[in-house]
Amino acid sequence: MTIEVKNIVKKFGSFAALDNVDLKVGQGELLALLGPSGSGKTTLLRIIAGLDWPDAGEVSIDGEDALARGASERHVGFVFQHYALFRHMTVFENVAFGLRVQPRAIRKDEATIRARVKELLDLVQLDWLANRYPSQLSGGQRQRIALARALAIEPRILLLDEPFGALDAKVRKELRQWLRSLHSEIHVTSIFVTHDQEEALEVANRVVVMDKGRIEQIGTPGEVYDDPATAFVHGFIGESIVLPVDVSGGSVRLDGRPLNIAANGAASGASKLFVRRHDMQIGPAGSGSLEGAVRHVRSFGPIQRAEVALSGGEGKTIIEIDAPRDRELQAGEIVSLQPRRYRIFAAQD
Amino acid sequence: MSLQSSLVPPVTELRAYAPTADLAVSPLSSRRERAHPQAGTAPDNLRTEPGPVRFIIIALAITFLSVFVVLPLVVVFASAFSKGIGAYVAALAEPEAMAAIRLTLLVAAISVSLNLVFGVIAAWAIAKFDFAGKTFLITLIDLPFSVSPVISGLVFVLLFGAQGYFGTWLQAHDIHILFAVPGIALATIFVTFPFVARALIPLMQEQGTQEEEAAISLGASGLQTFFRVTLPNIKWGLLYGVLLCNARAMGEFGAVSVVSGHIRGETNTMPLLVEILYNEYQFVASFAIASLLAMLALITLVVKTVLERRLDEGQEPKD
Repeated sequence: MTIEVKNIVKKFGSFAALDNVDLKVGQGELLALLGPSGSGKTTLLRIIAGLDWPDAGEVSIDGEDALARGASERHVGFVFQHYALFRHMTVFENVAFGLRVQPRAIRKDEATIRARVKELLDLVQLDWLANRYPSQLSGGQRQRIALARALAIEPRILLLDEPFGALDAKVRKELRQWLRSLHSEIHVTSIFVTHDQEEALEVANRVVVMDKGRIEQIGTPGEVYDDPATAFVHGFIGESIVLPVDVSGGSVRLDGRPLNIAANGAASGASKLFVRRHDMQIGPAGSGSLEGAVRHVRSFGPIQRAEVALSGGEGKTIIEIDAPRDRELQAGEIVSLQPRRYRIFAAQD
Repeated sequence: MSLQSSLVPPVTELRAYAPTADLAVSPLSSRRERAHPQAGTAPDNLRTEPGPVRFIIIALAITFLSVFVVLPLVVVFASAFSKGIGAYVAALAEPEAMAAIRLTLLVAAISVSLNLVFGVIAAWAIAKFDFAGKTFLITLIDLPFSVSPVISGLVFVLLFGAQGYFGTWLQAHDIHILFAVPGIALATIFVTFPFVARALIPLMQEQGTQEEEAAISLGASGLQTFFRVTLPNIKWGLLYGVLLCNARAMGEFGAVSVVSGHIRGETNTMPLLVEILYNEYQFVASFAIASLLAMLALITLVVKTVLERRLDEGQEPKD
């Protein structure tokens, strides 16, 4: 099933939660809405589900106007961050709920419902918990039950709101992989909201990066990481070194000194230079366009992380870089730095 | 052992703060601690009041309760049975008494069921929606608690009495509100309105709207959501509110007294009849009816305790 969102605007008072958002989701996609809190991602998800209504714009599911229908008629599976399991029902009844509230005309008989619930509990590998109450389950188990419950109605699309947000790091990692493999098994078009970039990059096949009610970039995990479209995306995804630079006539200057890098077509004026920590080449003093004194070195795994105080200017700019461990750095050492890969964005405000 | 060792650190932590707070006691308890280093029983060390003080406090509380609560209760039953069971039963079998009991039950049934509906609606609106004037509405719900019941009754006299705003119109159409069942029911509804709403608002606020949203996204209709999700989640709180509402509805004196007109066998509720009989020196009859009200209070108390326990269990636990 496909989803299409056009020019959605949603305001809470004077705060624009969504500001002209357009989005197309293709059949069988697993899409992540990624952004900091307040970026509007959950609001967008709730609007698609019918739990919130936009002030303007269109939402269509499979070419059909979704806004003409209420949440109960949209046939959309929704998984809540805090599970929202029915606390007075057993796990079995929770999963069966969507089947039991169907109109009499299409409601399945009891045996079919039981078989279907059993099948879903098997799918989430929790059939042994059927007679427990939600309060007796762990967070990870609750979220899997919530997912089974949402799948019971054979939803056209599946929406997950920070599905792993309330879980601890280890369970979260397990569930991520599990969600991925579940999706490749059932292949229902899915959107999940997250503020965790690692989660988005690892699970989704497309990532929508949002900030302040707008979509900043849509792309594969590789695209948004390697080829960020805006300064926000570069800063939000992955660790970046950000240096304030001046671009004029194709040359780039930091504190008035020219850096030996091409402007790559960046417009003249105050700008920001973004470099990934591992894209800063370290060499002996004098070999690169930046120079600095190593202040601390921490080595772990395959890398060493060095804190370098850049010389020149006010000497107060301290950056963290990641270097391979082929040459051990020493605190106090003067090194030169050269950005290997970088991007320049116009400085906003 | 592991339990003890896990209990010890907080004790030593407390010790660190203790000297300034309680000079007289801490040296004593630390000596005890030294004598039995293994017996790290936290409760003992945490008790700062010496035995006699504790005894006096407890004794005071029990004496007070006995004099002001238990003694009157005993007197009610003793007086009711002072002429024997025969007189007691006869007093209750009096047509006037029976009429009062019937009226009280009728008024309670009307006001509790209406307040059940109003209370759920008000609590629903407050807990699940945001709207302008919400704080005002919450304050308004408490109004009957803060107004003297006599005033509550008087309001209806001013509205529906012969000299009241609607008095002439009502008379012209031969509708009796004051000095009749409708007036008594209205006054009782007003006085008992807060109970159900008050019991539900905090509960529903805590539960939020997520389960309802989940139900709707699963295809449930509004009614299905209410009866299958909302109602089961609030049922103990609702029963609790209904119970207190009922106790007050049956026991209300002030407001009902103003609107009832005290017509014997017609508009006297049980509390009103108790007063009338007492003023006529019919002590056995008066206390016999009073004993029924006292019994209602005792039953209410027991059920309330049970419900409070269920409510505590019902909270979303151990997360």
